[in-house]
Amino acid sequence: MKTRIVASLLLGTAMSLGSVSFAIAQDKTVKIGALSDQSGLYADLGGPGSTLAAQMAVEDSGLTAKGWKIDVISGDHQNKPDIGTAIARQWFDVDKVDVVVDVPNSGVALAVNNVIKEKNGVYINSGAATSDLTNAQCTPNTVHWTYDTYMLAHSTGQSLVKAGGDTWFFLTADYAFGAALERDTTAVVTANGGKVVGGVKHPLNTSDFSSFLLQAQSSKAKIIGLANAGGDTTNAIKQAAEFGIVKGGQKLAALLLFLTDVKAIGLETAQGLNFTETFYWDMNDQTRAFSKKFAGRMKNGAPPTMVQAGVYAGLTHYFKALDALGGNPHDGVKVVEKMKSIPTDDPLFGKGEIQPNGRTIHSAYLFEVKKPSESKAPWDFYKLVGTVPGDQAFTPLSESKCAMLKK
Amino acid sequence: MQALYAQLLVGLINGSFYALLSLGLAVIFGMLNIINFAHGALYMMGAFCAYFLLHVAGIGYWPALIVAPIVVGIFGMILERTMLQWLSGLDHLYGLLLTFGLALIVQGVFQNFFGSSGLPYAIPDELKGGMNLGFMFLPIYRAWVVVFSLVVCLLTWYLIERTRLGAYLRAATENPTLVRAFGINVPRMITLTYGLGVGLAALAGVLSAPINQVRPLMGADLIIVVFAVVVIGGMGSIMGSIITGFALGVIEGLTKYFYPEASNTVVFVLMVLVLLVKPSGLTGRAT
Repeated sequence: MKTRIVASLLLGTAMSLGSVSFAIAQDKTVKIGALSDQSGLYADLGGPGSTLAAQMAVEDSGLTAKGWKIDVISGDHQNKPDIGTAIARQWFDVDKVDVVVDVPNSGVALAVNNVIKEKNGVYINSGAATSDLTNAQCTPNTVHWTYDTYMLAHSTGQSLVKAGGDTWFFLTADYAFGAALERDTTAVVTANGGKVVGGVKHPLNTSDFSSFLLQAQSSKAKIIGLANAGGDTTNAIKQAAEFGIVKGGQKLAALLLFLTDVKAIGLETAQGLNFTETFYWDMNDQTRAFSKKFAGRMKNGAPPTMVQAGVYAGLTHYFKALDALGGNPHDGVKVVEKMKSIPTDDPLFGKGEIQPNGRTIHSAYLFEVKKPSESKAPWDFYKLVGTVPGDQAFTPLSESKCAMLKK
Repeated sequence: MQALYAQLLVGLINGSFYALLSLGLAVIFGMLNIINFAHGALYMMGAFCAYFLLHVAGIGYWPALIVAPIVVGIFGMILERTMLQWLSGLDHLYGLLLTFGLALIVQGVFQNFFGSSGLPYAIPDELKGGMNLGFMFLPIYRAWVVVFSLVVCLLTWYLIERTRLGAYLRAATENPTLVRAFGINVPRMITLTYGLGVGLAALAGVLSAPINQVRPLMGADLIIVVFAVVVIGGMGSIMGSIITGFALGVIEGLTKYFYPEASNTVVFVLMVLVLLVKPSGLTGRAT
């Protein structure tokens, strides 16, 4: 009698245990939050296009056919860290979001980084530039996909110093991103024997650069480094042309330039600029095919920027990890660990890997903006002038200040 | 010292936009008693109008200087006829809310179609290049902006303060019933005045198109500063808004030189100081 009771108790326990693990394995719901600047100066390089990229990643993943239920929601952080963190908190607490993607604006990105770690979510950042995300501020929940300030400094910056641009003057956006980009570029410039002769910090979203450009002009620096992005960069480049800066012998270094920026400046003014990106729509058949599909669904018919491509590729890799896990454990650290254990391979960025500090490694490309006469199609803007292999483009692990690496 | 001269001149250039925009606001407030928050959106429409004239109709910069303010001015007059006129006699807050809402709608619609990074508009060939003044390289286009907007500002001041038409207008704001008794169509005059104020905003938009990006939020970024300018100068004062516009441009330019981080707040600091010392503004009449 007693043994029968024990046996049935054991059986019951075993059954209930079985049903618990069964439930975890079968939980195939995912909620994605695309957090971006939806209407400000970074909206064209991320914004609604990033949400679209996330949706396309869901559609192309093939997971819905396997019984997964995946939702994409979007939010507007308005380039304000407090708004960004408030949205992220609400997403995790109320909406049960699993993964936050995009998040341009380094200031917002770093603030959101802490929230996601606290909530044990997954953070696939594509839009922000600051290399701090995988250095001093690294977390086991974060994957930094597309690019970072270290990479920009080491490709564009280094190539300009080597070409003789040994004196620099910085126009820097006055927040986390500008500071990081200036810091990383200064390190490259001085390491290569160059000198930084001065700089100005300008407020984010400045429409008139004439005053700053005059200061840059009178510094007599050979290179004017633009440590800013989006609308700030386009305005600075346009007005530099007006003030005859390039004609006067100084060279502009657009440390961060996006496809939509080139469109906004116009080839007439932008031609000849050198800069670095990790994705361009016209690289190969796969990128062209994706971009054609993407542009067809964008209101203004724009192909994806590297940030939007990064959202797609990052999520594609995330889905691979979920598929390998067989279900969604709703445990950010666990999913990111799985993502790091699988080599990355997607149609947009090619083969690569995610390092232990969360940094995705893939090739970076040095581009030059085409002359108006060389451009054959509406978005035909870039000429490839060089390729930097992934292991040289990004921070070597030995130099990374990420605390997780010291274990 | 040379750099200082250059900064002063650059400040004057920005000041001309502030002056043109705050002048339009002052005219509208002075005559209609409406705080026109849609001013920035109308300025943006002026720039877009110039862009479309060039890229759709092939009409260049010079005709656009005249056509765009007229087109946008007519749009403004329709707004006045259909919406704003019903608010006369009500608290200022109603006009402010209505125009603010209109601005959001207009900007939202443009953003939906054109994105946020904007469209390029080239400087007209006649005004390309620049001259070396010894202490700085002055783009000819910028010099043109200063001179042209100064002329427009002074003409507007003359029109309102020194002509018979201006006298009617000022009388109509003081006592509309009495002016109507003299056989003058007051509502029509008010509509035309609103059109004039809006036209000035659109003109500033065309002038700024070759300098800044033609983008949906170009006015939203500017309008807050311009309102501070109007508050400092004194609501409704024509000459006051012109002078404050140029003066604040210069002060902002100097800030960009001495302490660039504060360049987008200096105007508001000044506004607070002025409000503390002289709440009606520097040239405003106490009411």
